[in-house]
Amino acid sequence: MATILDPAIGAGGEDSPVDNYLTHTHGWKSWAFTLDHKRIGMMYLVGVTSAFLLGGIFALLLRAELFTPGPTIPLVSHDMYNQLFTLHGAVMTFLFIIPGIPAAQGNFILPIMLGAKDVAFPRMNLCSFYLWLGGAVFFLAALFLGGLDTGWTFYTPYSITTNTAVVSATMGAFILGFSSIFTGLNFIVTVHTLRPPGMTWFRMPLFLWAIYGTAIIQVLATPVLGITLMLLMAERIMGIGIFDPALGGDPVLYQHFFWFYSHPAVYIMILPAMGVISELMSTFSRKPIFGYRFIAMSSLAIALLGFLVWGHHMFTSGQSQMSAIVFSALTFSVAIPSAIKVFNWLATMYKGSISLATPMCYALSFLFLFTIGGLTGLYLGSLSTDIQLHDTYFVVAHFHYVMVGGTLMAFLGGVFYWWPKMTGKLYDEFWGQIAAWIVFVGFNLTFFPQFVMGSRGMPRRYYNYLPEFEFYHKMSTIGAFLLGVGLFIALWVLLKSLKSGAKAPANPWGSATLEWQCSSPPPHDNFSHTPTVGDPYDLESTVYDPKLGGYKKIASPAPAH
Amino acid sequence: MNDDASTFVAPPPHPGGSFWLPVQGSTKAPEVDSLFHFITGISLFFFVLIVGLIVWFLIQYRRRPGIEPQPSPHHNTVLELSWSILPSLLLVVMFYRGFTSYMDMRTPPDGAMEINVNAKKWSWLFTYSNGWGEPELHVPRDVPVTLVMTSEDVIHSLFIPAFRVKMDVVPGRYTKLWFNATEVGEFTLFCTEYCGTRHSDMLAKVVVHDSVAEYQQWLEKASDPYTDQDGQPRPLAEVGAMFYTKRGCIQCHSTDGSAKTGPTFKGTFGTTQKMTDGTDVVIDENYVRESILNPMAKVRGGFRPVMPTFQGQLKDQDIGAIIAYMKSLK
Repeated sequence: MATILDPAIGAGGEDSPVDNYLTHTHGWKSWAFTLDHKRIGMMYLVGVTSAFLLGGIFALLLRAELFTPGPTIPLVSHDMYNQLFTLHGAVMTFLFIIPGIPAAQGNFILPIMLGAKDVAFPRMNLCSFYLWLGGAVFFLAALFLGGLDTGWTFYTPYSITTNTAVVSATMGAFILGFSSIFTGLNFIVTVHTLRPPGMTWFRMPLFLWAIYGTAIIQVLATPVLGITLMLLMAERIMGIGIFDPALGGDPVLYQHFFWFYSHPAVYIMILPAMGVISELMSTFSRKPIFGYRFIAMSSLAIALLGFLVWGHHMFTSGQSQMSAIVFSALTFSVAIPSAIKVFNWLATMYKGSISLATPMCYALSFLFLFTIGGLTGLYLGSLSTDIQLHDTYFVVAHFHYVMVGGTLMAFLGGVFYWWPKMTGKLYDEFWGQIAAWIVFVGFNLTFFPQFVMGSRGMPRRYYNYLPEFEFYHKMSTIGAFLLGVGLFIALWVLLKSLKSGAKAPANPWGSATLEWQCSSPPPHDNFSHTPTVGDPYDLESTVYDPKLGGYKKIASPAPAH
Repeated sequence: MNDDASTFVAPPPHPGGSFWLPVQGSTKAPEVDSLFHFITGISLFFFVLIVGLIVWFLIQYRRRPGIEPQPSPHHNTVLELSWSILPSLLLVVMFYRGFTSYMDMRTPPDGAMEINVNAKKWSWLFTYSNGWGEPELHVPRDVPVTLVMTSEDVIHSLFIPAFRVKMDVVPGRYTKLWFNATEVGEFTLFCTEYCGTRHSDMLAKVVVHDSVAEYQQWLEKASDPYTDQDGQPRPLAEVGAMFYTKRGCIQCHSTDGSAKTGPTFKGTFGTTQKMTDGTDVVIDENYVRESILNPMAKVRGGFRPVMPTFQGQLKDQDIGAIIAYMKSLK
């Protein structure tokens, strides 16, 4: 199909319009009732970052308490500690990591990457944001209505018997589930219907494949969580006897229901991160991504196989030996697609021109940390070693290497990568990189010692611990505060750029995907004309122009499609 | 005394063990450790390979002015298939080894010695063949032991790191775990399924005796709390103090006047106290007995209703001893 080539866009957008999505309309109502995916994305970004800050404060309090084997800091008693780790987990999982990349960055970037004006259902998109906000309010309410001390997993029968605000918190998670479903549904429809002429499935940027895979999981898995939490609420309020052994229920059934959602949810958290890393690896190596089809297909493979492995959270729960064996075997199968991606990213760097700009520092951290996270998963997938490691700090370290070392690094990499596009400002590159390396060192110091104490027998969710584990806990606590310092510097670098950052060019990194073809920040409608679609990884089509301070597109042969 | 510190006195860590793993205290340990080290070897190989390549590429292909990226293929099906399939073969080996040693772990040999385990918030009770219950797990060396476990309230999990065994303890059903201890000495047993306030204090001592004869000797002595080692009767309050420690009252009730999860024993007997429903109740023999057998009936004001029942675990004679102990704490 023929497409119209806008000369201004084709030249790199140097005469960017004064009007952009930030200045298009004014007043708080123009934000509160906006249907613009970019503004919704920015509101999500502020929201999830605030949630991350809250969860991070809980984490630092936890680590401070664990500095010595007995009670350490005033006011943090057994009960307070149990509430802190519960809220840390629940806030980080439900309010930060799950919506983090898809709802914040996905909302902003996905339609522009597609060359579209917006997502397929803008009203549903705004609704999803308010559902997120509503869910967050229920979580905060739980905080003031007696707290929550069940662990983020709400295991029965403990969650039925505790007198903390379980109903409020599960109601919050239930509402957040709808937010997640709305976002996922919106993205699936958008990818199917709003791709521009010429963008076939295999010409989509890998970030879109990853978000698409994620959206499938969100739509298919989240309803199961909703029903499970409903049953839990019914059990608490009405005593229907499904999970409560005293009424003839089965508490282990809850674990099956819960992990049927929550294992796929792990991939809701990591898949978008992998999408971000694919973009970063290619852009900052100035090489087309290696093995595009393998990466794209591995995203789908992960999305589907992720549904078949939930039982590996339950090897010691008393489930039958046969199911444990089958789940162990299936678990290994899901390791392959992740390994494929790592090798492909490595091969992308080969013979490239590798820049250590801030986003790439996070991408390389991701590669390092995710490799450790993935490899330590092998110990947990193997049955007899998992018996020793289950519910110890080894597991805590493993999932933090994947969720923080993986998803958070990619989230930060993505924020620093798209920041010039989102805000139109360039940040301080030097301090951006310093922050990234402090985060990297702090992270490893926090979580590596946890592997060792875990395999030596330190159980998780412990307020007091035996003196033999004190050395590891001390290192971990020091690391956590270092990590906190690094993250605060990163935040300061970004906030400072809003005030004093230089104006960002349309394409500061030389990427070939469509979002870099509109001005920074993008105009209200993203593109005045549907842009030309080329190969998303044809980086040779952009050259550096010192006059712009960024890259511009050079005339390339018209797309063959 | 700080009421939040643990009252558990842990045996000192057993010497031996490696950087990653504690001492090998059971016949299962060498098998599990061998798989652990096998996976560590494979992980180290891939970790060094991947990080080595990252560092090499970073140095070799760092961005320099005037130097363009060199052309290289965008995909290579043979290469990609081989790095997908070859590691899969290693995974099959890993799975198989985990599977076979797991089957051994889950299949107790015939004629193993059985010990019943009752878990409750936040104490363990091990009941031996003669009906005697203890908060410590005593076993003889070189004898297969099966633990038949159930919980009285929420899910707990029994974990002995030195033996490499762990199994959830679920209310309303029995789960089993077996091991064959090989090292004489004392070890720590942990609860590893989060179970509420004092989850982190739900520890127990595991004592491995050198022989069955030594174990039997211990059991005989331990089984009669009302007489001392020389067969002489003990004062009732002293027996009550023993129940206080061994049956887990100590987890939540102090004897020094401080409030923990539950009210203190000190100076309480004979006083009048407010309940959560506002009524005044005299703490007498009948109240103590009711609180032990049916803890939710009358809960002291200012405390949460979290105490489990001791119905069937403490005989009337034993409750009498506990009351005598409370009376002695003026």
